Amino acid sequence: MGDRAKIDNPLPSIIIWAIALFVTAAFCWILGDLLWHGVGKLSWAFLTTAPQNAGRDGGIGPILVSTCLILGVCMAVSLPLGISTAMLLAEFTNDESWFGRLVRRSLDVLAGVPSIVFGLFGNAFFAVKLGLGFSILSGGLTLACMVLPILIRSTEAGLRAVPADYRLGAAALGLSRTTTLWKLLLPAATPGLIVGLVLGIGRAIAETAALIFTSGYVDRMPESLLDSGRSLSVHIFDLSMNVAGGDSSAYASALVLSVLLLLVNGIATWTAQFWLARRITP
Amino acid sequence: MTLLKAKILSPSQSDAILLWILRGLALSTGIIVVLIVVFLLLEAWPLLQRVGWWRFVSDRSWHPAEGLYNLMPMLWGSLLVTLGSVLLAAPLGIGSAIFCQYYAPPLVARVYRRLIELLAGIPSVVYGFWGLVVLVPLINQVHPPGTSLLAGIAILTLMILPTIALTAEASFAEVPAEYIQGAAALGISRWGTISKVVLTAAKSGLLTGLILGTGRAIGETMAVLMVCGNVVQTPASLFDPFRTLTANIALEMAYATGNHRAALFVSGLLLMVAIAILVAAAEGIEKVKSFSS
Repeated sequence: MGDRAKIDNPLPSIIIWAIALFVTAAFCWILGDLLWHGVGKLSWAFLTTAPQNAGRDGGIGPILVSTCLILGVCMAVSLPLGISTAMLLAEFTNDESWFGRLVRRSLDVLAGVPSIVFGLFGNAFFAVKLGLGFSILSGGLTLACMVLPILIRSTEAGLRAVPADYRLGAAALGLSRTTTLWKLLLPAATPGLIVGLVLGIGRAIAETAALIFTSGYVDRMPESLLDSGRSLSVHIFDLSMNVAGGDSSAYASALVLSVLLLLVNGIATWTAQFWLARRITP
Repeated sequence: MTLLKAKILSPSQSDAILLWILRGLALSTGIIVVLIVVFLLLEAWPLLQRVGWWRFVSDRSWHPAEGLYNLMPMLWGSLLVTLGSVLLAAPLGIGSAIFCQYYAPPLVARVYRRLIELLAGIPSVVYGFWGLVVLVPLINQVHPPGTSLLAGIAILTLMILPTIALTAEASFAEVPAEYIQGAAALGISRWGTISKVVLTAAKSGLLTGLILGTGRAIGETMAVLMVCGNVVQTPASLFDPFRTLTANIALEMAYATGNHRAALFVSGLLLMVAIAILVAAAEGIEKVKSFSS
């Protein structure tokens, strides 16, 4: 069959190593480029002062504040919704029931919906129908819809990983299911919840398309949640597409955003690993 | 498991209250999905009723202000850039996973996996920015204008590569060790084992990863908006600028009113349909997989 020739065939090894090198090179190129052009402009003043001259000069202070406010609204709405949905799915719903299937199917679709479609929906519903206009509130609520599937999946996985013995023991002690859930299952599932929370924050910080038509472009310091506020990602987009000569500020902002996200993802990975390690050695 | 819970734990009154609260909140999660679809339909419906689906395919051009609604160039743009990036990212992503699992020394594999995870964490607007300031000028030197199908494919490839690589690695890890030991006992070479045993056994997982990547590529907005040039035309070569459905929404939503706005919601509906098809395909694969195992 000529298989003997194949045994010593070095070609696949070469190709696989070449792929790995190529991907590594691309990654180093992107991150190196951001660092090289971005670090020079980065300073405490850049992080705290207001942008001037359409963002070419000055800093990103108000933009960081807007980003945090949008994130706060998003999490304040999505956390209670997400955790209770996850509790219902993991603890109270038969996986085969129509209700469980319906919610799960909806979540699958929700997870796949392109962010620009969330933007369309947020604009039509929150900004126009509910009359919130281009505001931090509209943006945060739109993002809340977007991060729900992530939150629910991780929390649900966390709850399902709690051993059945806990539930049986609690029942044997005559605890109500409410008490079991609050005092026993939820604390045991906290790491899953944290992973979901951190991943959700990551997705929300990175989002741009869903925010352009919901939270808007205004780069002043927001005075209330009904003010329009520009998120960091929208700032990068605007500087690079609409402002000639905004590249150096865009580089610095992109560096800030990337570092934030790498930190957030690092925390998620670390929590997940810590959790796994703890589960294996109880 | 659920049966056990239901039979053993007898509900008290506080449990009943909690259950109804949870049900209410979970229902609002479900309602959000319904709301999204309803609002897309509500906004798109007047136009759909007046001009019908066919006009979106058959009109001469996309000039919504003059009542011409041909979405085909944008649809082709979306499909071509998605197809190109998936075709490129599939071998690169699966190759990366093979490298991690079977070729790299343990330490290198750990570092490489972390690198892929970092790549997955970079936001799309940063990819777009990098493409705009680095890739586009490079392509411009070869063949102006630089903003092109090629730039879009390159950026999207980098963006969906981590998705494909991470799912591929997860499905490689699920291949039973006996298969690989058996192949080793038969004296099959490393590449022979990977290509004939591992890839076959992990087929459905790989396919699911590709579908996830396709979904991400077709829905991506910012990166393609920034590097593709946004000219409404069907790209005839790799160097032609073009516009995707998603970029079209992002560009024109700011000033669109009336029928124009409705036409943008129609393209949003189109994207939703595409995603629903992909989700159904992924579910079908899961079903086939659970039957066969």
